[in-house]
Amino acid sequence: MSAFHTAAAPFVEGLARREVRYQACTACGHAQTLARHACSRCGATALEWRRATGRGTVYSRTEVMRAPSQAYRALAPYTIVIVELDEGARLMGHGTPGLAIGDRVEAGFFDFDERTLLRFAPPGGDA
Amino acid sequence: MMRTAWITGVGNTAFGRLEGQDALDLMATAAAAALEDAGRSRAAIDGVLCGYATTTPHLMLSTLFCERAGIRPAYAHAMQLGGATGGAMLMLARELVRVGRCENILVVAGENRATGQARDSSIQTLAQVGDANFEVPYGASVPAYYALLAARYMHETGLTEADLAEFAVLMRKHAMRHPDAHLREPVTIADVLASKPIASPLKLLDCCPISDGAMALVVSATPATDASVAIRGAGQGHRHQHLSAIEDTANYGARDAAQRAFAEAGFGPDAVDLVEIYDSFTITLAILLEETGFAPRGGSAARLRNGDFALDGPLPLNTHGGLLSFGHCGVAGGMAHAVEAFRQLAGRAGDRQLPGRRRAFVHADGGVMSSHVSLLLAREDTP
Repeated sequence: MSAFHTAAAPFVEGLARREVRYQACTACGHAQTLARHACSRCGATALEWRRATGRGTVYSRTEVMRAPSQAYRALAPYTIVIVELDEGARLMGHGTPGLAIGDRVEAGFFDFDERTLLRFAPPGGDA
Repeated sequence: MMRTAWITGVGNTAFGRLEGQDALDLMATAAAAALEDAGRSRAAIDGVLCGYATTTPHLMLSTLFCERAGIRPAYAHAMQLGGATGGAMLMLARELVRVGRCENILVVAGENRATGQARDSSIQTLAQVGDANFEVPYGASVPAYYALLAARYMHETGLTEADLAEFAVLMRKHAMRHPDAHLREPVTIADVLASKPIASPLKLLDCCPISDGAMALVVSATPATDASVAIRGAGQGHRHQHLSAIEDTANYGARDAAQRAFAEAGFGPDAVDLVEIYDSFTITLAILLEETGFAPRGGSAARLRNGDFALDGPLPLNTHGGLLSFGHCGVAGGMAHAVEAFRQLAGRAGDRQLPGRRRAFVHADGGVMSSHVSLLLAREDTP
């Protein structure tokens, strides 16, 4: 758990509890990805973390053949997806092989290198 | 009344594997060449801007460089903006000259990125442009970020892998004419498509190499005696840092930067006759060409196949071979485009010299299409 930023703690803690969380703006309702100190749409600073359903749509995907380090080479090849949650925020995660842009998915979780991470799969499939 | 800022000289090392030289050695070599090219003595340099080097993470790199290089400027610091650092340094050098702060500014960067560290180390350092909690833990790397960008962009525009391969082939063709380029073996579309998969849809030859090298330019308050090349427009755009935060695939920030630069220069893309655009990956080049107004969305490969970006076309593109083939050593890789633009406009391109080039568009991108700097260079005397 090295060096995660304080702002992201609620997200990381959520993953550890098998929950997907996102930041919502209490002023305009905008749902955003990452952990920020202001709303990317209206600039308001009153943000709150909410629990997402974990369901969404694949926005982009890649199959990584060349892993960046020895630890990840054990997983390669692996699929990385960007998923647009039904609530509107976009999240990166691993995905089951063969996912395509536009596919419906739901979040699952896996533990790797002392973290809990997201793995998206078609609804009802094995996450 | 603002003064005009002129580029008066440039210099570089070869790019490739340059064993036994550290970042400062490389910077010093390029700087010496640029000073000679500009006809400026070390004593005449009153400003120094330098780029960071991941292999030399020093707190005061500009001061360290000046000490090594025997320069005592009145203004100096290093800058960090990823691949856009060189563009940003040139933009700032121009401002410092325009307002009268400096007379001659040395802009320099270099790095032993290929031989100064293990490949995994370099890839992991670069991967940190991603978010530490939301992206990096997934085993994402810069190629993976750009692969995700590419997959979405191709989905929206219809660009294909064969389209992207055209850019890799063109860059190699251009690099083959430059003696200092890192990669000079000819490649075909079939070679690119058959090259090792890295992160789909990107393959090895869609990616720039990791090189050693350095680049330097001198920006002055008076033009060179043989050629007056001015920086007439500059603009930046910063809309996000992380891939996950990108909202609009029709404006990553490059359009903002380009429009600001064109507005300042008082001419548009139609008046440009040379383009030098950041090309860390084939997809980077395609997107930037389209977003900055040199091809319709999804239409960059069609322009390429039409010969428009060839050396004898109306809009020669990256005539030094770009990051994809001239090579990429970090900040200096993104400065090579401006160096080549100056040489072509000034008539100092030697065997690569194209006839009659007068207006160049230079664009640099840092991160994951995160930070953008556009520059417009113009030859203002009669060659």
